[in-house]
Amino acid sequence: MMNQEEVRLMKGNEAIAHAAIRYGVDGYFGYPITPQSEVLETLEALMPWETTGMTVLQAESEVAAINMVYGGASMGKAVMTSSSSPGMSLKQEGISYIAAGQLPALIVNVMRGGPGLGTIQPSQADYFQAVKGGGHGDYHLIVLAPASVQDMADFVGLGFDLSFKYRTPAMILADGVIGQMMEKVVLPPEKPRRTAEQIIRQCPWAVTGKRGRKERNVSTTLEMEPRLMEKNNERLQRTYDEIAANEVRFEEYMTEDAEYLIVAFGCMSRICKKAIQNARAEGIKVGLLRPITLWPFPSKAIAEKAPAMKGILVAELNSGQMIEDVRLAVEGAAPVRHFGRNGGVVPNPGEIINALKNEFIK
Amino acid sequence: MTKEEIIAQGGSKVNSRPRLLLPATMHYCPGCSHGVVHKLVAEVIDELGMEDNAIGVAPVGCAVFAYNYIDIDWIEAAHGRAPAVATAAARLDPSAVVFTYQGDGDLAAIGTCESIHACNRGENITIIFINNGIYGMTGGQMAPTTLEGMKTATTPYGRRVDLNGYPLNITNLVKELDGTCYVTRESVHTPAAVRKCKAALRQAFINTREKRGTSFIEVVGTCNSGWKLSPEKANQWMEENMFAKYPPGEIKNTVKEKK
Amino acid sequence: MTQEIIITGFGGQGVLSMGKILAYAGLLDGLEVTWMPSYGPEQRGGTANVTVILSDEPISSPVLDKYDIAVILNQQSLDKFEKHVKPGGTILYDPYGIHRLPERTDINVVEVKATEAVVKSGNPKTYNMILLGALLKLFPMVSAETVITGLKKTLPERHHHLIPSNREAIDAGAALVG
Repeated sequence: MMNQEEVRLMKGNEAIAHAAIRYGVDGYFGYPITPQSEVLETLEALMPWETTGMTVLQAESEVAAINMVYGGASMGKAVMTSSSSPGMSLKQEGISYIAAGQLPALIVNVMRGGPGLGTIQPSQADYFQAVKGGGHGDYHLIVLAPASVQDMADFVGLGFDLSFKYRTPAMILADGVIGQMMEKVVLPPEKPRRTAEQIIRQCPWAVTGKRGRKERNVSTTLEMEPRLMEKNNERLQRTYDEIAANEVRFEEYMTEDAEYLIVAFGCMSRICKKAIQNARAEGIKVGLLRPITLWPFPSKAIAEKAPAMKGILVAELNSGQMIEDVRLAVEGAAPVRHFGRNGGVVPNPGEIINALKNEFIK
Repeated sequence: MTKEEIIAQGGSKVNSRPRLLLPATMHYCPGCSHGVVHKLVAEVIDELGMEDNAIGVAPVGCAVFAYNYIDIDWIEAAHGRAPAVATAAARLDPSAVVFTYQGDGDLAAIGTCESIHACNRGENITIIFINNGIYGMTGGQMAPTTLEGMKTATTPYGRRVDLNGYPLNITNLVKELDGTCYVTRESVHTPAAVRKCKAALRQAFINTREKRGTSFIEVVGTCNSGWKLSPEKANQWMEENMFAKYPPGEIKNTVKEKK
Repeated sequence: MTQEIIITGFGGQGVLSMGKILAYAGLLDGLEVTWMPSYGPEQRGGTANVTVILSDEPISSPVLDKYDIAVILNQQSLDKFEKHVKPGGTILYDPYGIHRLPERTDINVVEVKATEAVVKSGNPKTYNMILLGALLKLFPMVSAETVITGLKKTLPERHHHLIPSNREAIDAGAALVG
């Protein structure tokens, strides 16, 4: 039964767990934190070690969990972790190592309001942390922003595929709404986990034990010679250029005749769609551009649209983070304004329309 | 014929570099214990036929470059995180023989949490813990195991317990954890101690292969540069001072008890 | 057809599970559904609410400020959500513990004496199913049969003996507004 697609009603967090097993993930390492604990809870309840052989471990901390991911990734395994904002801060050191080691891994952040311990309610305030690096050094993650439970399920596979293709860690940057809401989801068909031989073929760099290999494999991020370290950095940047050229993803909604553009990601893009339906009923020609990849950012698509717009509203659950990337893309071709709620407050569609009117339609 | 072979002509070969010890010039200071322990690890892995499935995890510390010296697969880990990395490696590939090689700062300060929990879960790994009572790599600062009164770069007038707390005997702590099957404290400052340490490493790697739980081997070592003593004086100082706080000997062996 | 519904009351009244049962029945009938809870410590005794949307079109926002139907189970919820019902929309409320009644005249207000009914039945765990029965009688967006099918599919086998009492509760709820 598992090898076919399956229609289910479940939370976004639960979808992540189901999709991980079905994708053939080798290991999940996590630590409980609201609002994403259902990922670990669901995996523990499904006991995939009995079926696919997937390892699931509740680690002693987020720090330990991300370093377990680093260990597994070094072995060419498909490994992942999930957490929420305060926990993601703890993971940043390990994420920097994974990026520096050019290792594939999937990291899920179901964002809650901050800073500090903050609130357990939804937020998008970790945008900067996710798309600008997060940890130390010059690196990027491939950042996918789901807007539905279906996206949560689909982006597990997409995230791993991209991550292995480019040997760059991928992040699913979700929020409390997407993690906690239930929707219809078509779970992907089950894939078997890769065999040891397949991993060696796909990842000749993997630390597996020498297994008859003549040269030893070493997973390291250390290089004391500056000129060689610079070369390592240049190699990373070339990979990022390639990702930026090939992997930008975004969704457009009612943009054909739009005079105003809303840019929003994740749960906010859903709320904005409703706002756009209501605004159009009032005769306001407004459309939505929803970045699906937050890094690489759909700068070109936004730049192309900007000159035709009377105004661009960036709607986020933060104090103004993605707006910086939108402004960089627009380069002054249209007025760009921000609408945000903070600290776990989720706005309703009416607030978006009011913001649009207040900023542009006096 | 190589230069070495020419020199050796006419003599009879009684010893040689272990097969898995790479012909690299080690960066360790003269008299440092790391080189001896590296040699023993290389010999034990070779003798047990584990070259193909051994995975070493070397975190930040003087031994971070261990991967340059022993010819097996390695993962370099962030400071303190080796037991977490090793946990994943051992669980994701049960056919691997996974060990960590950690210093005192790594294992008993920044990585205490990971070390204790890996031991407590009884991960099927070997933890090799080099305790020389000082941070060697960063230039001789106080370690958790630095003795009372001992001078370091950050305790220039000697470690004071009222300021810095007590030397941490983490091996005795680890002994109490149900997940450990074998806990011992060794040294490598005399031929007899080297032979004993090698037997301990051998036992630990066998335990790991047989999935008996966590094996924990502390090696009390010297840091001539950090201690500012000649190799000979350092050995003498270690016997007189370090051994008083960290006495060598087997501490726990559930494998032997079961026999 | 799109129904935008909020169910709101105290934690422990079965607000979230009622929403889930409704959403799952919608899914079985081939509808698009979303279920968005208030989450966190509220689950333990404070106020709890869930927004459920059933539609034959793709659903945009799972978070709303205007609802077609509000199922209201305590005074705080009535005070908070009465103004968020769309003109022409409906409030279903349980009068138990309500001292200020709905005041709007541009919406339909339906009293459902669910607490009274559940006390009579002696089966307090079916409280939310009485309300669901009343809701589906007024708005037959899914059938009672589909709800029961959903329970059969989602409840573990060991709890299937509870299904008949749930079915009775749905019928009792329907009778309250019939």
